Amino acid sequence: MAKSVQIVTRINGVEGTYQVDPRLHLVDFLREEVELKTSRVGCEQGVCGACTVRLDGEIIRGCLFLAVQADGREIDTIDGISDQGELRELQQSFHDHNAAQCGYCTPGMLLTAAALLREKPQATREQVREYISGNYCRCTGYHSIVDAVCEVLELHRQPSAKSA
Amino acid sequence: MKAPSFDYVKPDSLDDVLALLAQHGDDARILAGGQTLLATLNMRLSEPELLIDINAVEALKGIEAKDDHLWIGALVRHSQIEDSPVVAQHAPLLMQAAPHVGHRAIRNQGTFGGSIAFADPAAEWPVCTVALDAVFHLAGSQGVRKVPAAEFFLDLYTTEMASDEMLIGCEIPFSPPDTKYAFQELARRHGDYAIVGVAATAQMRGGAFNNARLVFLGMGNTPIRALDVEQLVEGKAFSDDLVSQAKQALVGVLQPSADLYSSANTKMHLAGVLMGRVLKQLAESA
Amino acid sequence: MDTIVKEESGRFVKDDTRQYVGTSVNRPNMKRHLEGRGCFVDDISLPRLAHVVYLRSPYAHARFKIVDTARAKAMPGVIAVVDGHEIATVCTPWVATLAHMTGMKSPPQYPVALDRACWQGEPVLAIVALTRHQAEDALPMVEIDWQELPVVDNMETALLPETHVIHPELGDNLCFTKVIDTGDVDKAMAEADLVVEETYRFGRVTGVTMEPRAMLADYHPSDNKLTVYHACQAPHMMQDLYARHFDLPENSVRVICNDVGGAFGIKVHVYPDDFATVALSIILKRPVKYMADRLESFASDIHAREHVVRARVGVKSDGEIVAFDFDDLTGIGPYSMYPRTSAIEGNQVLTISGGPYKHKNYRARLDVVFQNKVPTCQYRGVGHPIACGVTEGIVELAAQKLGMDPLQMRMKNVMPDDGYPCTGASGIQIEGLSHQQSLRKIEEMMDYQNLRKEQAELRKKGIYRGIGFAVLIELTNPSAAFYGVGGARISALDGTSARLEPTGVVTCHVGVGEQGQGTETIYAQIAADAIGVDISNVKIVTGDTEATPYGGGTWASRGAGIGGESVLQAGKALRVNIRKFAAVVLQKDRSQLDVAEGHVVDSSTGERLMALSELARLAYFRPDTLPGDTRPELMVTRHAAQRGFPFIFTNGVQASYVEVDTETGFVKLLKHWCVEDCGKVLNPMLVDEQIRGAIVQGIGGVMSEECLYDENGLLRNGSMADYLVPMAAEMPDIYVAHVETPTKTSELGAKGAGEAGTAGPPGAIMNAINDALSPFDARVTSQPFTPEKVLQALGVV
Repeated sequence: MAKSVQIVTRINGVEGTYQVDPRLHLVDFLREEVELKTSRVGCEQGVCGACTVRLDGEIIRGCLFLAVQADGREIDTIDGISDQGELRELQQSFHDHNAAQCGYCTPGMLLTAAALLREKPQATREQVREYISGNYCRCTGYHSIVDAVCEVLELHRQPSAKSA
Repeated sequence: MKAPSFDYVKPDSLDDVLALLAQHGDDARILAGGQTLLATLNMRLSEPELLIDINAVEALKGIEAKDDHLWIGALVRHSQIEDSPVVAQHAPLLMQAAPHVGHRAIRNQGTFGGSIAFADPAAEWPVCTVALDAVFHLAGSQGVRKVPAAEFFLDLYTTEMASDEMLIGCEIPFSPPDTKYAFQELARRHGDYAIVGVAATAQMRGGAFNNARLVFLGMGNTPIRALDVEQLVEGKAFSDDLVSQAKQALVGVLQPSADLYSSANTKMHLAGVLMGRVLKQLAESA
Repeated sequence: MDTIVKEESGRFVKDDTRQYVGTSVNRPNMKRHLEGRGCFVDDISLPRLAHVVYLRSPYAHARFKIVDTARAKAMPGVIAVVDGHEIATVCTPWVATLAHMTGMKSPPQYPVALDRACWQGEPVLAIVALTRHQAEDALPMVEIDWQELPVVDNMETALLPETHVIHPELGDNLCFTKVIDTGDVDKAMAEADLVVEETYRFGRVTGVTMEPRAMLADYHPSDNKLTVYHACQAPHMMQDLYARHFDLPENSVRVICNDVGGAFGIKVHVYPDDFATVALSIILKRPVKYMADRLESFASDIHAREHVVRARVGVKSDGEIVAFDFDDLTGIGPYSMYPRTSAIEGNQVLTISGGPYKHKNYRARLDVVFQNKVPTCQYRGVGHPIACGVTEGIVELAAQKLGMDPLQMRMKNVMPDDGYPCTGASGIQIEGLSHQQSLRKIEEMMDYQNLRKEQAELRKKGIYRGIGFAVLIELTNPSAAFYGVGGARISALDGTSARLEPTGVVTCHVGVGEQGQGTETIYAQIAADAIGVDISNVKIVTGDTEATPYGGGTWASRGAGIGGESVLQAGKALRVNIRKFAAVVLQKDRSQLDVAEGHVVDSSTGERLMALSELARLAYFRPDTLPGDTRPELMVTRHAAQRGFPFIFTNGVQASYVEVDTETGFVKLLKHWCVEDCGKVLNPMLVDEQIRGAIVQGIGGVMSEECLYDENGLLRNGSMADYLVPMAAEMPDIYVAHVETPTKTSELGAKGAGEAGTAGPPGAIMNAINDALSPFDARVTSQPFTPEKVLQALGVV
């Protein structure tokens, strides 16, 4: 029986102290210990992207990160980020283009798209496709997701958007 | 699947890590980026008793341009390499390869050192380090020893590192200013492990290849340097004829194994095609 | 705002103009998914929840004996270790055959195997623990003796006398065989100017839903009540199955489907481990959750589409098709899957092949054989991708040999738009399609002539692009002819209960649910229009057998056509009742009143007379103010089923534009077009997205997906890293256009749209690749089209 480890971590802005089994990965920790169900498990191999969450502001695979590693770090999940308002444009665009169907991949897809907006503001359509290639979607076929992300990229490139 | 049970420790100094390695040997695994290790554990393909989290060891971090070489610490994340202006300037080969390393979320956690130490035959950094004449620094109970990349990769998932040693970083010597770089790989899907890939460098002088390096991934248990081809192209200009000759020479160099989707024959053919394209890219970037 | 028009009689009437139906309304129920706040089965927790992990056979075929479970039982957190015999004491076995599939055979199957495992992945033991981690820790502690048996891993040799028979009591490995023989194929072929033959292979694939299969079974012993939270497509079917197999009264079983993370047919079947999980809840008297992990999914979710088809077509020199002849062999698992059976896919290949065309001579033979591989069953498209692939492949090959433009070949042979209703050569009854119009539309949409010019120009430069077509028909809106006639208790009838609430909002309970396709939204559109309220005031309740009318669920693209029709009828009936009651309250004639934008209005002028909230207030809270025998009925239920035609066919045509790298064999999908006729389009955006998603899902099997088995019947690539589903970078942009030929069998006029997309890619892309390779006299015929297969066709490797 492994020795549990105490961690102090900030989740969606709220600090908490937890006693965790070392083998528990971050998504299982969030879902079971913190009872936050918004990040998901899809493969536990790092391939599908359903588990994508933010670690200190950067996207990571939650299934390939141990809860114990979250000690002293900041974790943000889709709902917390959404409530801050940061994703409003992307969410509106996704909604308008029907870029989500069953919704299972959507948290990971949105967080990945948000990272793209920040890292590659000049991304072409093809580059958008490449960037989201780490997020599997079985429902949409990707076209509408690419449309939605490109629409927001275009919005941000408008001169008037600079002041926003 | 859920990982099997293991204990966890997070030392904050290299000495402590080495002491733990010496104490636990094969029962312990180093947790750096975890992108390979944790997937392996999730599938219960490995059942270590202890994970040694090295992410607090500051000495392993950082990218730095020194006098005559670039230093990349073992804990440098793939994404840091991808975003680094220092790497862009001094080792553009790594910049070409970086977008092929998984996907951004993986790159944010996965480490350079982890990729080198794991030595997957289809990984990108190993072939790049061989092509760049990189030298790895290994720390052990006896101190630090340096191993050239060309001597580091021994067999499938097997490196020169002893079980009580740790990779602390890598020196990449600055290349002559007229060096050209090319990295290409063929993968069924962007970000997948490639079927075959080539990391290449050469000084193009007067349109001729000089001092070329051609290193293949996915074509054997380790990065494979095509010395015969390098010698063949030395001093010669790019031409379709040269590529044909190079492909013939390649047959003696590579003995690929079949994978799920490609026979050895197919892989050999693809390696030849890719090599031709890489030679062309080198010649055209002059 | 509804439009008032003047009829010929001079009366002013409200124009029955659709406000929402026909427009691209955003899905209200997407909002929660955009915030990550969906509710999937694994999100649900109950007190005393236990988790089950199934020990699955590592062998494709083996006898087994559970020798010792004591060590496993002693592991931390383990509650119980339960074998197939114990589960069989509470759950009866099943046989997955249908009466109308004459001669079909399959042996009885148990939730957990008793003493013989017949596929790698079959459950042989259940371990229940407080956490999934702990249950998995106990798995290696079980001692089992295995005795391997011969493996049937090759469908092409499954019927040979020397091949081991998996179920000796059945006599052979043949599950089902059938022949359709119309006209005189041999004569027509003999008289044809050209007979073309080719054999097509389709690799076995699986659904790979984002959310793995999941269920939470909660049995309450005191009340003898079972509640199952199930990620599934047909809650009432599950309710019926659990009631019968566990001997529970039907109305003691409640099945709840909240959000489902992708289904595509994978989740419309009942799995052995579904029954087992329910059994465990009953045996252990506590809630038990099962969620397949991804590795388990590959070895237990149904597979599909493993076929080899020999195709022949006879044509006249002017391109007229005179006969088709197909020989289809398909390899399923060791059991037919319950309750829809594993022969339906092959049966569809027989009935759908050749579908768009006018030929009178048709022969098709089907053999469905057992193998020791994962069981197969209905997966989005069900046989249509194969049928369309072989038909369009052989037709375009014939066109090539005749030197005829492939689009012209189709134009010459498709059923004429004015020739309906008619019966196809395979026996299908077709109400009305639009092949000709669709072909003209796609030609225009893709700028076909210029594309050919571009292709020719680039060919001179050594760039090889190809264009390929696939004309398709798709079976939707099934009547009882699909399952009911065969004895399966799968409802062909669906219902809606529509209720006007006291505040004037509307709630509709509908038997058909959704898994992301937007069904709730189109129901809200239909209801809003039918009743006369704003769509934001309509709430749709689905996915709960206790809270909705009995229904068939989602499959065979029936949600819009059948479910939607019941919503329409209920909505209309509610509007009538509102007007009837309003007539009493306002003391006017019913014909003077109508409903619009949440108000009772004057039917001539549109003037608002009373808010629905006020009308409802009177009905619910002040019946004392109503005249004597006034009985307002502000909740109505209506049902709908497909009658008249056994199925309603849709039609479409797809085109693929590809570039083949002849050095590497890699194929780049440049563009994809689709013209789709699904009858009345209720929400263009949602239909477009169904088509796009289905096309990409179809592309998966064409380009990269395949369940690879070795000669021991073991799955070689059962993980997300090795089984290659389409990701964004390799997919083309997909352009969709619509033609509308509404069905007259319903008032709504909608046909189905969810699956047709999958049918086109096999034919369209194969044809495009072969078109690109035509200068080399090279062809590919075996899907998926890996780079190696392209290189082999080119003779390079």
